[in-house]
Amino acid sequence: MPAVRDSLFAFRRAPLLSALSITTIAFSLFAVGLFGLVVVNIRQALERVEERVEIRAFVAEKTPVEQIALAANEVAKYAEVQSVDLVTQEQALERARRELGEFKDVFEAEFLPPSLDVHLKSGFRDPATVHQVADRLKALSFVEDVRFGEEWITQLYRLRNIAGVAAVALGLAFAAVAIIIIGATIRMAVLARSREISIMRLVGATDGYIRRPFLIEGFVKGILGGALALGLTWLAIHVVSGYLSFQTVFFDQRLALVGLAAGAMMGLVGSAFSVGRHLPQV
Amino acid sequence: MIRFTKVTKDYPRLGAALNDVSFSVAKGEFVFLTGPSGAGKSTILKLIYMEERPTDGEVRVAGLSSVTIRPRDIPKLRRKLGIVFQDFRLLEDRTAEANVAFALEVTGTPRSAIGGKVSRALTQVGLASKATSYPRELSGGEQQRVAIARALVNDPVLLIADEPTGNLDDRATRGVFQLLRDINASGTAVLMATHNLDLIRRSDYRSIELNRGKIVFDSAEAARAAIERFAE
Repeated sequence: MPAVRDSLFAFRRAPLLSALSITTIAFSLFAVGLFGLVVVNIRQALERVEERVEIRAFVAEKTPVEQIALAANEVAKYAEVQSVDLVTQEQALERARRELGEFKDVFEAEFLPPSLDVHLKSGFRDPATVHQVADRLKALSFVEDVRFGEEWITQLYRLRNIAGVAAVALGLAFAAVAIIIIGATIRMAVLARSREISIMRLVGATDGYIRRPFLIEGFVKGILGGALALGLTWLAIHVVSGYLSFQTVFFDQRLALVGLAAGAMMGLVGSAFSVGRHLPQV
Repeated sequence: MIRFTKVTKDYPRLGAALNDVSFSVAKGEFVFLTGPSGAGKSTILKLIYMEERPTDGEVRVAGLSSVTIRPRDIPKLRRKLGIVFQDFRLLEDRTAEANVAFALEVTGTPRSAIGGKVSRALTQVGLASKATSYPRELSGGEQQRVAIARALVNDPVLLIADEPTGNLDDRATRGVFQLLRDINASGTAVLMATHNLDLIRRSDYRSIELNRGKIVFDSAEAARAAIERFAE
């Protein structure tokens, strides 16, 4: 493959320029990576909190347990529902005593109502779905009241959405920077090889043949920049978690591959854009 | 081989470079293109290898027309041509043989065929012994021979030479010119733009003289007119 050889030759011919462009790409992707990691960690933390999203439907006193159990089975069949716990009056009392240990003597038997504690499946814990399920529970004849911490769930989701939007916006901004940088380095490569390109044209090389090494060069620079950024991000997160001593998560294998692919795509787009613009001028 | 029909070429800022030029070159012919600087010689050559398109009129080269050719077909045309310049246009970081091989590599010639073709072309120009030399290690005449070998390696039907002896001393000029004659003798048409009137006088090849974008003299036309006058 002469195109691959030519693009590797470009690295050998201008090692400093190549290293500089890979480093610059790596740093822009590093910025994206760092913010991405913040988002991944926020999401992870939110998911843990989300697992506690629970709808509690309080059942009217004197409702036969059999009827509640029957209803619990029905509710468990809802598509959004992961599990339903039936909490009797005795269990409610016990839980209250456990959770509020120092006031355990205050609780007298049988004054807390029984309830159905409904846990939702992951992906169905957004405010709208929680509302919907709560409304269905409210419609049950023996249910007196439904509680699910509406304010809390809305805030949680707002935070999650802000983090997501900020990540996308920053990601796009840094991706644009990386594309521009790659474009600029490819422009320099095109100009540095202008003599060779003009000779190629004279002897009958096709446009595709002339373009290919530059596209490969951009692609490889993008991948190398992405890999370097991944390494830098990993290093940064280890240093940070070492100093601040808190538990952090790194990108999983799939996200790391997405990062590399993003680097490669940026390299390809940047070089295609630059070659398309500057080749006709050579 | 080449046919110019009422060709005009205007450059946006420089104005008219060629004005209503018509001529043709037959297969296997050797033609000098001469005239002062700025007369339009290089423009004619650029129109032939379709680096430029005419503003008006038509240029036909090796069966392809400037009016109908698609940009992606231009490389196909250039593979039928060999082009040589005054400044050689060699790649300084490659040896003589690598420079010649370059023309084959970029046109997709199989690797196995390249070695033989390169050494044949270098032998043809008398530089087989300097195959591994870099351009900076060669004299001007030798560098031009490498450029000619690169132009020949694809077996062109037409060799275009733009002032090929412009940077050479007399001895090297004679050598390069003799080489072009030999190439022509083997059947390749040669169109050579030159300032060197001595070369034109010493040979009996057809010459076309340009001035200010117009053909002011064509030895073939002059000979035809003389014959017609004689016949009358």
